[in-house]
Amino acid sequence: MSHFRTELRQRAEELVALYPRKRSAMLPLLHLAQEQDGYLSDEGIAEVAALTGTTPADVRGTASFYDMFHLEPVGKYVVGICTNIACLLAGGEEMLDHASATLGCAVGSTSADGLFTLEETECLADCNLAPCVQVNHRYVRTTTPEAFDGMIEDLRGGRLDHDVPSHGTLIRVRRSGGLRADRGEVVAERAEAQAAREARAAKETK
Amino acid sequence: MATLDAPRIVSSRASFEDSHTLTRYLATGGYDALRKALSMFPEDVAAEVDEASLLGRGGAGFPAGRKWSMLRKSPVSYLVVNGDESEPATFKDHFLVERDPHQLVEGIIIAAYALQVSQAFLFLRGEFALGLERVQQAVNDAYEHGALGRKIFGSSFSLDIVVHPGAGAYICGEETALIEALEGKRGFPRIKPPFFPAVTGLYGEPTVVNNVETMANLPWIISNGGAAFAALGGGRSTGTRLFALAGRVKNPGVYEIEMVKNTFRDLIYDPALGGGIIDDKELKAIIPGGVSAPWFGPDLLDLPLGQDEVAEKGSMLGSGSIVVMDETTCVVRATWRITKFFSRESCGQCTPCREGSGWLERVLYRLEHGGGRAEDIDLLLDLSDNIAPGLTWPPQQTTICVLGPSIPSSIHSAISMFRDDFVAHVQHGGCPHD
Ligand SMILES: Cc1cc2nc3c(=O)[nH]c(=O)nc-3n(C[C@H](O)[C@H](O)[C@H](O)COP(=O)(O)O)c2cc1C
Ligand code: SF4
Ligand code: FES
Repeated sequence: MSHFRTELRQRAEELVALYPRKRSAMLPLLHLAQEQDGYLSDEGIAEVAALTGTTPADVRGTASFYDMFHLEPVGKYVVGICTNIACLLAGGEEMLDHASATLGCAVGSTSADGLFTLEETECLADCNLAPCVQVNHRYVRTTTPEAFDGMIEDLRGGRLDHDVPSHGTLIRVRRSGGLRADRGEVVAERAEAQAAREARAAKETK
Repeated sequence: MATLDAPRIVSSRASFEDSHTLTRYLATGGYDALRKALSMFPEDVAAEVDEASLLGRGGAGFPAGRKWSMLRKSPVSYLVVNGDESEPATFKDHFLVERDPHQLVEGIIIAAYALQVSQAFLFLRGEFALGLERVQQAVNDAYEHGALGRKIFGSSFSLDIVVHPGAGAYICGEETALIEALEGKRGFPRIKPPFFPAVTGLYGEPTVVNNVETMANLPWIISNGGAAFAALGGGRSTGTRLFALAGRVKNPGVYEIEMVKNTFRDLIYDPALGGGIIDDKELKAIIPGGVSAPWFGPDLLDLPLGQDEVAEKGSMLGSGSIVVMDETTCVVRATWRITKFFSRESCGQCTPCREGSGWLERVLYRLEHGGGRAEDIDLLLDLSDNIAPGLTWPPQQTTICVLGPSIPSSIHSAISMFRDDFVAHVQHGGCPHD
């Protein structure tokens, strides 16, 4: 029995098929597992291990290296606030303190209603709109405390559901298309084309 | 005055609301360069790029054409495109990925054709959720349009591009760590030699790794010719470049300007660019090229924005990021935050980097937050010297990758330039700005 729901299981199998080696699908699969469960559950990890031909311990060890993977449940909304250099110069630390007060939770923890997890992040590559705030890895671009509070109210009221999908959802656009041909065939074709080009070049120089 | 008459090579479509769509891309000449490339010999496509003298835009500035030619002797297996962009205050790839994903995709296809690879991976930072969607959509559209997949535009060339999300780790921007991540492992940089993934890359096979912006330049180079690109800029720094300007300026943002023809002053003060310092304060220092780079003072404002020009003055243009600090900036706090970043992101394989970064961070923390001692200032320099002996630039390599030896850059710069600020922190028992 698959722990992933049917649609995600299908996407997972497609992902594995994209790579020359199964293990390469590790990070995309972990994102999928997180999309379903909100964090990396034991069942999700076991399924990723099976899909990549590795062990749960190996998957857990790999996942723990990466900041975006949560080994414990997190809030519905993961709020990330950057305090790195450009944001520091624009009041990132003050924004983080403000967010902590608004959400009623310390940095690195989840609000009592389970809705928000607050994180201090490194540079999020949006430094011209500093301090930078992301919710579920979507840029919300609230650079003042008032705008931040308004955004939180909008999240609570469900008004940002489209812009900020649930935690873990990284790509709503599903891959279509792909090279369905046998790779050996492609390589053979390539060699043939190269030979033809060389023959043509030889003729031209004559 | 800034020189702003150069063509926009990579940001020409950015002002359109729908710049990310195939419709807009095709309406503005999109995929014409690819058609042209496919009518050329792959070697000639590579030769154009060589002639353009396009320097890699990921940080090290290695000429793309030269990187490719090292591989021409043996077949390349994979092209890997680096879109991990996590160097603090660098945000130009983010701009390219969201605003013009088709240009990036077309660049990748052209590079793949020149290298004759049939499999490319685009590694994008996981935090770019919208960027990932836009690029995946562009890839889907390109397949649909016949620009990707089997027998592209009816030629005998076939290519597959896989968009691969990262998961939050700065070190995965280092190319060998990126390859490890692409193999589904922890992002540990690989021991060198071999120095280039060209020798042993993805799955142990010859691999070319190039930055997103490097790829984005290719459609223009093929359409207009390498010579036209090389005619822009000056010296080894040809073409234009995206500069990500941030910090205490009025108009922070991504600006495409001609290399060398413009100076730091132009970028920071020209009304069409940075527009000057917030509240017209005095400039204190700039960080050129990302937080791994040594700082410059106001005395170097008239230095041209060129790779060699900046290197000669002991720093680097690096990732094209420029951070402006002004008289209100506490340099101890800035240095502490940068060091905290390195300490958080060190992968932990090498002792000088792992232990050194944490120790430096703790010393800087106590200087900034109270409890700093007079001897801490020299302790910082001594620890830095242990990580990068001699505190030279470029730094001496004591570790597997250059993250470690980059840690002392800001500390050494800040203490050399503003030692009095550190002393004031000791005397005040914390930050006098608070
Ligand atoms: C710690 C570290 C982080 C790096 N981060 C990035 C990055 O985010 N993006 C990037 O393109 N190159 C990054 N690089 C440079 C890459 O290793 C590599 O040189 C580059 O991707 C090659 O592309 P280019 O030749 O087109 O510049 C980083 C290097 C180091 C040592
Ligand atoms: S220098 Fe630092 S980041 Fe680089 S491999 Fe060593 S420990 Fe890891
Ligand atoms: S420094 Fe905060 S987003 Fe770049």
